[in-house]
Amino acid sequence: MKITVDEEKCCGAGQCVLIAPEVFDQRDEDGIVVVLEPEPPHDQHALTREAAAVCPASAIQVHDTP
Amino acid sequence: MVTRPGKVVIVGGSSAGLATAEALRRQGYEGRLTLLDAERHLPYDRPPLSKQVLTGAWEPSRTQLRSQEHLASLEAEFIRAEPAVMCDAVERAVTTATGRVVRGDALVIATGLRPRILPDQEELAGVHVMRTLDDALALRSDLAAGRRLVVVGEGVLGAEIAASARGMGVEVTLAGFGSVLLGSQVGGRVGGFLTRLHTERGTDLRLGVAVEALTGSGGRVCGVRLASGEVLRADTVVVAIGARPATEWLEGSGLALGDGVECDAYCRAAPGVYAVGDTASWHHEGLDRRLRLENRTNATEQAQAVAANLLGAERPYTPTPYFWTDQHDAKLQVHGLPTPAAETHIAEGDPAQGRFVAVYRENGEVTGVLGWNMPKQARLLRQKHLVGPRNGQPTTTVRSAP
Repeated sequence: MKITVDEEKCCGAGQCVLIAPEVFDQRDEDGIVVVLEPEPPHDQHALTREAAAVCPASAIQVHDTP
Repeated sequence: MVTRPGKVVIVGGSSAGLATAEALRRQGYEGRLTLLDAERHLPYDRPPLSKQVLTGAWEPSRTQLRSQEHLASLEAEFIRAEPAVMCDAVERAVTTATGRVVRGDALVIATGLRPRILPDQEELAGVHVMRTLDDALALRSDLAAGRRLVVVGEGVLGAEIAASARGMGVEVTLAGFGSVLLGSQVGGRVGGFLTRLHTERGTDLRLGVAVEALTGSGGRVCGVRLASGEVLRADTVVVAIGARPATEWLEGSGLALGDGVECDAYCRAAPGVYAVGDTASWHHEGLDRRLRLENRTNATEQAQAVAANLLGAERPYTPTPYFWTDQHDAKLQVHGLPTPAAETHIAEGDPAQGRFVAVYRENGEVTGVLGWNMPKQARLLRQKHLVGPRNGQPTTTVRSAP
């Protein structure tokens, strides 16, 4: 799994950090998403998918890799 | 053990309906899925409509929520541009405007909102609402630098539209019944800061005054008459005075309709019938009250809960409400329910510097956390103050299969 984010769409809600704090963080200065784990380990996949699904700005894309 | 439905019909294909479909598939639902939508456009996102789409910063296509390929991967039947006009909750049957009848083992109602309008609004050209992509494009085409816009309504939508229009060089007057901008959403203190911000950016404000009527000439709007007797001259008017749940098609369906579709703690309106998003009124067990939220975050969060409950999870939906708004250079993050009656305390930063976090307390209890250009710090204070049985869980978190 690979994650990409659209910083321009990110609204700084922090929902992703609330759901998957090992994968996402926010910048201190403007709250924009920071990806801590661009290729999250398997045990983080379900939470990462949920974070992408819940993101109110649709700023997180999850790409499945073989 | 609840039997999984063999066919789910979702009425409404915007963020809540689409997120429900996606969550069902993500949570392992393999049955049939139909999405019925009144919109002719592919599912799009609404928050940018009053901001990036109105100003022209984004092409309309940038609001599209998902690509064609992604939508195809849901293996769902999409029926577009066909509003639902009738429903039988017992049969879980929906009739569309073309007379088509769609039946499911389970039904999800996600028909959203309809803007409130003023008397005579529909008879006059140049008067707009802001709900759909077409609404945003119509308003955009009616705005130009130097022209006069009157915004009716001092809530989130009205304030965002005013800010966007000012950014385009439009002369803007905003009239509203409240004494400050967003007073009922963020209270008097922060509402006062917003009011000052808009004034500094050149919006003419008429607050604490009722709008009496639109005035027209030759079939086109030319002004807005206030209860004070003043008439605001206008080339264009946008009416942002709130919205009603779009439930008229559910009259006679057998469902309880109050302020929206009345659901239990599981977002269930009747056996096999659920509601999600702006139109759903449900019992929030953490807050022990009925709640209906009109915000983008709720659409996707509630969708996760509805999908899980459709598949038998029996999980009450207890979110911490959250919305954001961008106006001029202020980005506000609002967690919880900061009521106007709450006391506001600046917990971090400084309003004079344009960066702060406010904590709202009522009867000694934290009810809300608001960030002004401090999103991360607001989220951290939310986690500190707004997690608990009274305020719901930090997320709806429905653990799905990997």
